[in-house]
Amino acid sequence: MRNFRPTRLLWGLSPVLAVLLSGCQGGILDPKGQVAADEKSLIITATLLMLLVVIPVIVMTFLFAWKYRASNKDAIYTPKWSHSNKIEAVVWIIPIIIVACLAVVTWKTTHKLDPYRPLDSDKKPINVQVVAMNWKWLFIYPDLNIATVNQIAFPKDVPVNFRITSDAAMNSFFIPQLGGQIYAMAGMETKLHLIANEAGTYKGMSSNYSGAGFSGMKFNAIATETPEQFDAWVQKVRASGKALNADAYLALVKPSENNAAAFYTTPEPRLFDAVLHKYMAGRQSLAATDDELKLAALTKRLCETPAVKEQ
Amino acid sequence: MLLGKLTLDAIPYKEPIIVAALSGAGLMGLLVMALITKFGKWGYLWKEWLTSVDHKKIGVMYIIVAMIMLLRGFADALMMRAQLAMATDGHLGVFPPEHYDQIFTAHGVIMIIFMAMPFMTGLMNIVVPLQIGARDVAFPFLNSLSFWLLVSAVILVNLSLGVGNFARTGWVAYPPLSELGFSPDVGVDYYTWALQISGIGTTLTAINFLVTIIKMRAPGMKLMQMPIFTWTCTWANVLIVASFPILTGALAMLSLDRYLDFHFFTAEAGGNAMMYLNLFWAWGHPEVYILVLPAFGIFSEVISTFSGKRLFGHTSMIIASGVISVLGFMVWLHHFFTMGSGADVNAFFGIATMVISVPTGVKLFNWLFTMYQGRIRFTPPVLWTMGFMVTFSIGGMTGVLMAVPGADFVLHNSLFLIAHFHNTIIGGAVFGYLAGFSYWFPKAFGFKLNEKLGKAAFWFWQSGFMFAFIPLYVLGFLGMTRRLNHTDNPAWDPWLYIACVGAVLIACGIGCQLLQIVVSIRDRKKLADVTGDPWNGHTLEWSTSSPPPFYNFATVPHVHDIDAFTDMKEKGEAYKVPQKYAPIHMPSNTATGVYIGGFTTLLGFALIWHIWWLAIVGLVGIIGAMLARAYDNNLDYYVQPDEVESIERAHFEQMGIDVDNYTERDAEKPRRGSRPTTTA
Repeated sequence: MRNFRPTRLLWGLSPVLAVLLSGCQGGILDPKGQVAADEKSLIITATLLMLLVVIPVIVMTFLFAWKYRASNKDAIYTPKWSHSNKIEAVVWIIPIIIVACLAVVTWKTTHKLDPYRPLDSDKKPINVQVVAMNWKWLFIYPDLNIATVNQIAFPKDVPVNFRITSDAAMNSFFIPQLGGQIYAMAGMETKLHLIANEAGTYKGMSSNYSGAGFSGMKFNAIATETPEQFDAWVQKVRASGKALNADAYLALVKPSENNAAAFYTTPEPRLFDAVLHKYMAGRQSLAATDDELKLAALTKRLCETPAVKEQ
Repeated sequence: MLLGKLTLDAIPYKEPIIVAALSGAGLMGLLVMALITKFGKWGYLWKEWLTSVDHKKIGVMYIIVAMIMLLRGFADALMMRAQLAMATDGHLGVFPPEHYDQIFTAHGVIMIIFMAMPFMTGLMNIVVPLQIGARDVAFPFLNSLSFWLLVSAVILVNLSLGVGNFARTGWVAYPPLSELGFSPDVGVDYYTWALQISGIGTTLTAINFLVTIIKMRAPGMKLMQMPIFTWTCTWANVLIVASFPILTGALAMLSLDRYLDFHFFTAEAGGNAMMYLNLFWAWGHPEVYILVLPAFGIFSEVISTFSGKRLFGHTSMIIASGVISVLGFMVWLHHFFTMGSGADVNAFFGIATMVISVPTGVKLFNWLFTMYQGRIRFTPPVLWTMGFMVTFSIGGMTGVLMAVPGADFVLHNSLFLIAHFHNTIIGGAVFGYLAGFSYWFPKAFGFKLNEKLGKAAFWFWQSGFMFAFIPLYVLGFLGMTRRLNHTDNPAWDPWLYIACVGAVLIACGIGCQLLQIVVSIRDRKKLADVTGDPWNGHTLEWSTSSPPPFYNFATVPHVHDIDAFTDMKEKGEAYKVPQKYAPIHMPSNTATGVYIGGFTTLLGFALIWHIWWLAIVGLVGIIGAMLARAYDNNLDYYVQPDEVESIERAHFEQMGIDVDNYTERDAEKPRRGSRPTTTA
């Protein structure tokens, strides 16, 4: 073994390492937006803080086990020693200090990274309404009068404001490279604010199991390099020509799996609100204005063929 | 009408995998029954085991159930890893979601409720009364009933394999997915009734042991002098009594939704699924401490015994366990930071969670300082303990990381989470139970386990664990979510293959353990423990013979120290032959627990399949059995002194103490078969 060089072993293993590490691309450690980048650095900070305790514990385990092995008669043996105020003080106080530091970090970042907090930007955000269905995602762009299934797009460096609900079981809306996730729940609205700072196509998914077709509940989030490219994408969606009226919605909401991306124009006004209201009984009576009456009518229409069939 | 929803279609005779599994299990069952018949052991089995109220025998039966369910749950795990290693890049693998979703649900439910819980309860049953110098638990019949309720639930869960199906909701059964609208078949009902029945058993056990610990300690044993395992079990039982009713309530509401058209958790008609999530985790989070606290106690016993030292910081350990128990109740929201709570709420629960790492860290340091200046013998229980200290440190760290809401937003529901909780539940609870298993095995059966195979099992488990779960941490970072049936990301593939190899390594570990039991039974004469104290133990369970007589202690010991038995050995009082024996009051065996368990199984099955007449039969049977018990006067008896004398004489003679020519000084002489304290 005289010729053994550890570096050779490393070189020999390098293709394996390269394959394994190439995998880091595309995950949460390869962020493409400010939110995701902050979350990554938070993970690293917190881990380093905790390693301050964890590494000594692991080292001490091996060290003490070796030093005080029964066969080592040279080591000191104190069978009755079982208390020390000094050690007790240290082992309580050091974890307390580290947890205190971590608590400060937690308090600050939890507020900063609150999914409901609109992102600071001088650009006008893009609004997207998200409906989780069995088993696909419907995205409505209320300001642009278009809707899509399993594909979204937005220009880079522009904040995107998501309003999220579900017309099926509970799901979780997640684009790992752009930032955290939030649940999509029927009859309830959640909010998420994300931004992409690099152009690219990022994988999105449901990360909360919702039944048989869950594995195929994926979408692409496209961050375009320029606003013009985004406009071109919008035009492409508009060109598809299929209108998302109440009938089209009722057809869409029927369970289906592994859906390809699909484009719609002119979604029914206030469709997202009607999906929310579907699950709230008795709201129609509150409708006073014309607008509210329209919403109540649409809600009623959506309820005619409920996605959830009671048996 | 006669069979409710049950039809022939419920039997999956067209599914080759299920048919093979069922016929395999059926054949094994027939083989066991044939062997029992051949050796004419049915009467023995019935009289000495099934109807026994002896806490030691009930404990052994709990652990047998736990081991059978470990095999079942692990088979599920192997299927999941195999599926995910095959179903990559457009391949769909062997299990369609229809099956696969049942497999991961069953895996979670079985491993937590029907493997870990019975294993923990079994160890507690065997050890706690012995550690506190009691002759049985406070309510021996109730103890038997708890066990049979568990068996009833186990039967229901396993029935779902062959009759109907199991839930396809994940082990948490979140509504609205678990409501009728999305899960109209019987799967969720199998889930709710099995959990309800075993939950009642668990609650009764906890009450039983709390009363035992409070009322039945040996004279002189102050609360703060109780052995640490008994203390951690006490905290776990407090948590059970406080948290299991929440689960019972949540599942009852879910059942009302499913059976009587209530709308507690439905999406429509004013129901709110978020309530279920809160209730489920208000039980679910304490539950993980229920599992892990007794394991902490086992590690403390093991490390102190095999270091030949007193436990460092006994009081500090008790306080730390208490702090963990109280805080464990105040952190449930960290299971759903992503449900849309405000930043203040999320931050509060995140910080409360990481505070738990303080007492847990203290425990780790106390174990380290118990090893410090000790004489450590590297027996299998110590290997499990050291494996735990390293593994659990990592699991604790990833847990605290996920307690930071900003980090959890990207790690939640990913394979990182799966890796984390397996890291703590396998590396914490299961390693602890396996340490306890080999530590107390000689006490329960009178002979030690083969050490070589025990060490081999440990190394397979430990390395298999690393191979199976480190890749899942990486996959979590790569954005892979849990409960996927197939994947299409080439970057994930190598890690999925490695994880599959890890599962195979753990399978080898389990194989070693089964072999270890067989080999040790073969070599039982050579491995026999004649003194009752094979490890030079500190606590009272080692002061009686192995296995202990059914009355545990011929004379009730007096306690003066935390390490009560070490204290007795040092004062030369350990093996004193009493002048005379007093009659001992003991509970009689009863079959009522078996009957109630049987009728509960009928009731559960009938409720699942809506067979109302059978439900009435089951319910009437339960009430009838209870009434019969209430009018039964044959509840207890006295063991006469001459019987005690002959049992004790045999034990003393085995140790080489001449009872007839006994002098006080004999008690101080080293015993034949007792081991020197410092060699491995």
